[in-house]
Amino acid sequence: MKLFGRNAMRLARASLPPQTKDDPIHVRIVDVHKSYREQHVLKGVSLDIHRGKTNLIIGPSGSGKTVLMRQLIRLERPDCGKLLVNGIDFAKLEGLQLAAMRRTFGMVFQMSALFDSMDVFDNVAFPLREHTRLSRKDVRDRVMSRLSALGVAAAAHKLPAELSGGMQKRVAVARAMILESEILIYDEPTTGLDPITTEMVDDLIVEAEEMFGVTSIVISHDMASVMRIANYLSFLHEGQIVASGTKEELLRSEHPATAEFVRASRITLE
Amino acid sequence: MPDAAPTASDREESPNPRTSLRSAGEWLLKLLLAPFVELGALFELFGEALFWGIRPPYRGRLLVEAMEFVGIGSIFIVSLTALFVGGVLALQLVDGFRDFGAENQTGAVIGLALAREVGPVFAALMVTSRAGSAMTTELGSMRVTNQIDALITMAVNPVQFLVVPRLVAGLVMVPVLTMLFNVVGVFGAFFVAVRLLGLDPGVFMDRLRWLVDWEDVSQGLIKAMVFGIAVTLIACRQGFYARGGAAGVGRATNRAVVQSAIAILMLDYLVTSLVLGQGFF
Repeated sequence: MKLFGRNAMRLARASLPPQTKDDPIHVRIVDVHKSYREQHVLKGVSLDIHRGKTNLIIGPSGSGKTVLMRQLIRLERPDCGKLLVNGIDFAKLEGLQLAAMRRTFGMVFQMSALFDSMDVFDNVAFPLREHTRLSRKDVRDRVMSRLSALGVAAAAHKLPAELSGGMQKRVAVARAMILESEILIYDEPTTGLDPITTEMVDDLIVEAEEMFGVTSIVISHDMASVMRIANYLSFLHEGQIVASGTKEELLRSEHPATAEFVRASRITLE
Repeated sequence: MPDAAPTASDREESPNPRTSLRSAGEWLLKLLLAPFVELGALFELFGEALFWGIRPPYRGRLLVEAMEFVGIGSIFIVSLTALFVGGVLALQLVDGFRDFGAENQTGAVIGLALAREVGPVFAALMVTSRAGSAMTTELGSMRVTNQIDALITMAVNPVQFLVVPRLVAGLVMVPVLTMLFNVVGVFGAFFVAVRLLGLDPGVFMDRLRWLVDWEDVSQGLIKAMVFGIAVTLIACRQGFYARGGAAGVGRATNRAVVQSAIAILMLDYLVTSLVLGQGFF
């Protein structure tokens, strides 16, 4: 039975090519293209994601941010290009190797995407129950410790619908981190939130990076939030990365679309 | 005053007849091919469910929950429908048979009708209206709120996790509900025929036992299994690939109920033809 179930997942992980975990570039996106029928959305995106840092991908609505995120986590396969994660081309993996490699990532969706039929505890315990053989006590301990660290332990037995937007985000982060994924992807984490909750979510992203040493990839167009948390920024415009670097470098960018975006956001280095 | 001559912009806005003809042709072709595309998608999902259904991990708790939802949750509605269907069959048959003095055959005909046709068809229709529509809505909501994507990112196969338990529940529970429908339907018919219309209870039961045998019941159960798979598959397919927010989920649920009802009646004809060895047409 080694070809099936959890054994199969372990074998698949073992069969992956050797990973380069000392490279400061955690994910290297190389010339990724994606089209839907005649609509060419990603037109050769190339981008480096820095290990253990908060990397932001910003850009106006419709620039292809969410499409890029869907390629990055392999919810869709790019038409061409490479997604090198720890040196392994994630775009080429199939079947169980793909599933095994997906565990490198944790994903926090825009609307949190918590399972509404499960309470908070079961939502966070779900990946552990699916992928580990931990005892009930160990699962409980790990889930409660993660919920406590994120300040939502008191809500453990509430349903997602009973939580505020900010608390849902915290639970989603707890679920995304429970398997100790190396990379956390946040899709528009502050969209639709009030300023206080937005700041709370920003702090949460920074805390997650500092407490658990994860690499964060945040897709956003909320510039105020971006300036608070970013270590590295990339500007996506009409399906291409047109500017990349630190906050300072991006704010000084001379690319017209980037400069216009920064100007419209009324953000300055001071 | 005569109309002004068409300007260049007017000419640009007027549709090119050749383009209109081509788009009308494409629309017609799409309309004609739509049922085949839908059938192909259903078979694809069924194949995936078979592939993932035999692979561990086996999630017993999910299966029990799905069986409880499809089966136990439908007991009341199936029983209530069966009671009235049995009753109305008795009313009609006693009235019709009395014209030529054959009312003592009522029990036999009702038993045969319930076991072979009415039981499986009505049980499946009730499961469609109660459980099938709810399945589509649940999976559709999961799709539009990214919960299915969340499963994928957690390296959990969504077909194995969401579709397989529901298909197995349909396969197992629709035949069970059919048996229930048969029993309650006979009870309803017995009550109306014997208590209200004065038929002899001994004759009613004796005729029923004399004409209805295991082959009739098993024919109904085979149909129930086919219907069980069909209605859950259609419900899951519509929900699983729903899109377009809440309105899209509503449309998917509507499609699931209509397609299931049509599928039940078409499959009823096909399975009956096969079982009776009569050929399809």
